[in-house]
Amino acid sequence: MSPNAIAIENSQSERHPWTEVLHEWVTTVDHKRLGILYIGYALCFLLMAGSEALIIRIQLMRAHNDFVSPQVFNRMFTMHGTTMIFFVVMPVLFGFANYLVPLMIGARDMAFPRLNAFSFWLTALGGLLLYFSFLGGSGLYGAGNAPDVGWWAYAPLGAKAFSPGHSTDYWTVALLVSGFGSVGTAINIIATVFSMRCPGMHLGRMPLLVWLNLVMSGMVLLAITPLTAAQLMLLVDRYLGGHFFDTQAGGSATLWMHFFWIFGHPEVYVLVIPAFAFMSEIIPVFSRKPIFGYPVMVGATVAIGFVSMSVWAHHMFTIGMNSYANSFFAITTMAVGVPTGIKIFNWLGTMWGGRIQFKTPMLFAIGFLGQFLIAGLTGIIQACAPVDWQLSLSYFVVAHFHYVIVGGILFAIFAAFYFWYPKFTGRMLSERLGKWNFWLLFLGFHMTFDVMHVPGILGMPRRIYTYEPRPGWETLNLIVTIGAFIQAVAILVFVYNLVVSYWKGAKAGNDPWDAWTLEWSASSPPPAYNFATIPVVASRRPLWDLKHPEDPDSRYE
Amino acid sequence: MSSLTIPITQAPQRWVLPDRGKVAMAGLIFAESAIFTIFVVAYLFYIGKSVTGPTPRDVLETPLLYTICLLSSSMTVHFASKSLERGRTGAFLGLWSLTFILGGLFLFGTAQEWHRLIYERGLTISTNLFGTTYYSLVGLHAFHVTAGLLMLLIVLIFSLSGRVSQRESGRIDVLAMYWHFVDAVWVVVFTVVYIVGR
Repeated sequence: MSPNAIAIENSQSERHPWTEVLHEWVTTVDHKRLGILYIGYALCFLLMAGSEALIIRIQLMRAHNDFVSPQVFNRMFTMHGTTMIFFVVMPVLFGFANYLVPLMIGARDMAFPRLNAFSFWLTALGGLLLYFSFLGGSGLYGAGNAPDVGWWAYAPLGAKAFSPGHSTDYWTVALLVSGFGSVGTAINIIATVFSMRCPGMHLGRMPLLVWLNLVMSGMVLLAITPLTAAQLMLLVDRYLGGHFFDTQAGGSATLWMHFFWIFGHPEVYVLVIPAFAFMSEIIPVFSRKPIFGYPVMVGATVAIGFVSMSVWAHHMFTIGMNSYANSFFAITTMAVGVPTGIKIFNWLGTMWGGRIQFKTPMLFAIGFLGQFLIAGLTGIIQACAPVDWQLSLSYFVVAHFHYVIVGGILFAIFAAFYFWYPKFTGRMLSERLGKWNFWLLFLGFHMTFDVMHVPGILGMPRRIYTYEPRPGWETLNLIVTIGAFIQAVAILVFVYNLVVSYWKGAKAGNDPWDAWTLEWSASSPPPAYNFATIPVVASRRPLWDLKHPEDPDSRYE
Repeated sequence: MSSLTIPITQAPQRWVLPDRGKVAMAGLIFAESAIFTIFVVAYLFYIGKSVTGPTPRDVLETPLLYTICLLSSSMTVHFASKSLERGRTGAFLGLWSLTFILGGLFLFGTAQEWHRLIYERGLTISTNLFGTTYYSLVGLHAFHVTAGLLMLLIVLIFSLSGRVSQRESGRIDVLAMYWHFVDAVWVVVFTVVYIVGR
């Protein structure tokens, strides 16, 4: 034990008054604390956006239900979608990236710690602005309302004539502000990866999590900014009397769709690539094998990054593009399946012949693999323009993208929570509660989203507050709603586990999973400076080299 | 045991990583390019789609002089940062001030043009699609020029008080990258608005 570590642990165990603790957290520039702030903030919004989903599901539980009014229903799905994408999934992923990237490359902090704090507080302010719309949507003098234009706010719905008051402005400004935060974080991650690596950490030796977050950050720079530009145009239209999306003055509603989806589709990959990153770290550790096909994984990720920039208009097959555009976007959309398929085979190749340990993180990882595969396959079905004409704007689409975001990304995030929580807190999450969490979520997820495909095929439109009692529709929707509540219970089990394990969990030690990347060499939680001496690495698995000096990886790479 | 230490075995002989400031500025430029691309696409898409006048052909005049000012400021900023790299702070101060003046002239030119368009030609951002796209695109660029001028001014003040030396040369290079970007964007905006758009 080094003397430095002893000194730090003593100072941490001292009792501080709560005001001082609060002050420390608010003014922190430490990448680990900011990471935890991002994650905690996102979990609060997860509970809110989850409640909104439950309100939607109660309303749709049976035909002609009047649990909420059509106006409230519109607000609920708008807020649910916007919150989940911008203020739940992105902050969670940025939180993990913030916490893990510097530790994994042997750095003491991000390249720009203060920019990091600034980006977090911008994102936090964006979320608060969005939810303030419940109070201030019509300017505080009337009964408040929230944005009700859908998460994509198609023109001319976003125009002043159709969205009077300020609810749409809160939506616009919230996304604008949090977008600046995202760009700041992305720039920070890129600079950290290129300029802060410890000696020996060549690009080809970086853990895949770092590689994938680098690609994600590059995509954020290219994908979030079109949304920023489009929101600026919307503000010009709404406040300065501009005509960008004003069809009566020659403007084009289609242009807004293009700009929105130039952001919107790469955004899906911005969210899913960090999920791939978690898989690429967790699956090898619980299969007791190094990742299969490291260079191919990197190449496939970069390929996804490129191809996914040219698929956006597959969200717009129904607006009547010409046949060349339809064919182009159908082909590129199917092409994105190729590098994604390569990755799935690489994870399977990693598991093949390994001694698989079915701990909770691995359960979630295996759930991810199967569910993400199905999500990808229904995506390829809809990539065929004629099929999409039939299915677009139906519950089939809703089922498809929830399969990606819940079945894929959320399961990956849970895997990451169970895997890195010991590093964040020094305590293990309960395995027993973890199994409950997994199986309840698994059951609820499949009840909800497998079944939801069927009303979609039967023609049930999305975003309609109620429906006619056609044969089978009520039963199917009831099953979907019950599944949603089972998922909610699973989330509550998870939150309970997070809280209880913080005090009651087993001590984790530095390296509870016998893993191989640098973050497991630091104490749990790591000291503020991460590493007493900057490490030097000679292979992709520095801790393997350390534990097996007789047979280090560096001999083979 | 609270922390395993990685044995310092084969520390590489040379371990040089790129400057984080330059990497970050490259990232910012990448992101800004995407924003400008969207505005340029909107401008190109809406050429000739205005329902009412005035049209670009009626009212726009090519701001050749001010364009030359802005483009030559790219040269002066380059030589300014090169002088600082060699430790010639006097030459740096002179060239840096010149850059600031040239950039300021360009902004003045934009202001004059807008004044003429608004008060003489009656073209505002809400007049027609051309007005909306023109003021947005040129205004977005002018905003970036203004931000650049503020940063140039801060360095100028530090430089006048003798606080900028060879040691800061790396940081000045980062700022110069931004200024080059602003100039390069003007080349695109100029081509789109004053050549293609007419």
